[in-house]
Amino acid sequence: MKKNWPLWEVFVRSKNGLEHRHFGSLHAADAEMALENARDVYTRRNEGVSIWVVESKHITASNPEHNGEMFEPAQDKVYRHPTFYKVPDEVKHM
Amino acid sequence: MNKNLYNYILGVADNSLILGQRLGELCGHGPSLETDIALTNISLDLLGQVRGYYQYAAKILGGNASEDTIAFIRKERDYKNVLLVEQPNTDFAYVIARQFLFDVYHVLFLDQLQHSRDLTLSAIAKKSLKEALYHKRFSSDWIKRLGDGTDESHSRIQNAMNDLWVFTNELFQLTEADKEMLNEGIGVDVTQLKADYYNQLNDVLNEATIEIPEVKFFQKGGKEGVHTEHMGYILAEMQYMQRAYPNMEW
Repeated sequence: MKKNWPLWEVFVRSKNGLEHRHFGSLHAADAEMALENARDVYTRRNEGVSIWVVESKHITASNPEHNGEMFEPAQDKVYRHPTFYKVPDEVKHM
Repeated sequence: MNKNLYNYILGVADNSLILGQRLGELCGHGPSLETDIALTNISLDLLGQVRGYYQYAAKILGGNASEDTIAFIRKERDYKNVLLVEQPNTDFAYVIARQFLFDVYHVLFLDQLQHSRDLTLSAIAKKSLKEALYHKRFSSDWIKRLGDGTDESHSRIQNAMNDLWVFTNELFQLTEADKEMLNEGIGVDVTQLKADYYNQLNDVLNEATIEIPEVKFFQKGGKEGVHTEHMGYILAEMQYMQRAYPNMEW
């Protein structure tokens, strides 16, 4: 049975106000079953308030072989981080 | 002690205990990881409900009674579950059919029990209702998938439904304890749930292209402690530890 079921990626929002995060994947025959399976597999311990499922084939992933050109150029651009500002003492929670 | 209330609680709780035990047998044996976890989740929900009922029953019984002695030290004739829930896990279709036939009843029942004058029962019912609603959603979905799936799945679920249908009518029979508790505003009049129950079954089965089985004689007896041949095996496994090592704890 399972070998015919496509793979789905599961995203769970653990609290209202937080974003959905990738929790893992599972097999299911369709979206509705994927949602129910996700509920049972990933939210049994009260992990979530909302679930998204998307069939894995719809995700376009970057190729690890291209990591050099994709990501390494960003490594030495420290000035893109806002770390060169002096934060006034009156500003809290930064 | 209120013997009728005690018996009434067992009549409600034993269904969940024995069905939970049956589903527990499937742990690690489900057809896929996802359905395996789903079925054992349902089992744990049911056992959680049982603990609430038995803790209350133990209080009524007094003395050294506990949820464990009620679950594990009774004889077969003292279990009051309906015959439906003790039927074996013949195949996945039987597991789903049995679950569905119970879940539809369970939701209707808890929906009424939450209005009980007994505050403990009412509280357990309110908590359990949400769980039962999910169980029903799960089993109804699978009924439709199997019924409206392949030739193989259709014939298996039809077969399971034909075999298990004879156990449905017992759900709506009133025991002595039921009648007493009904008079006191504590119990549920299960006879009133029957029409709604079979209507819901018809709707789902029609959608699933499963034929409604025709049954002339329905099975009964579980509520009075007269069980099918499967019950002894269930208890032998379930009670093994307490029988072999009395008063064992962990």
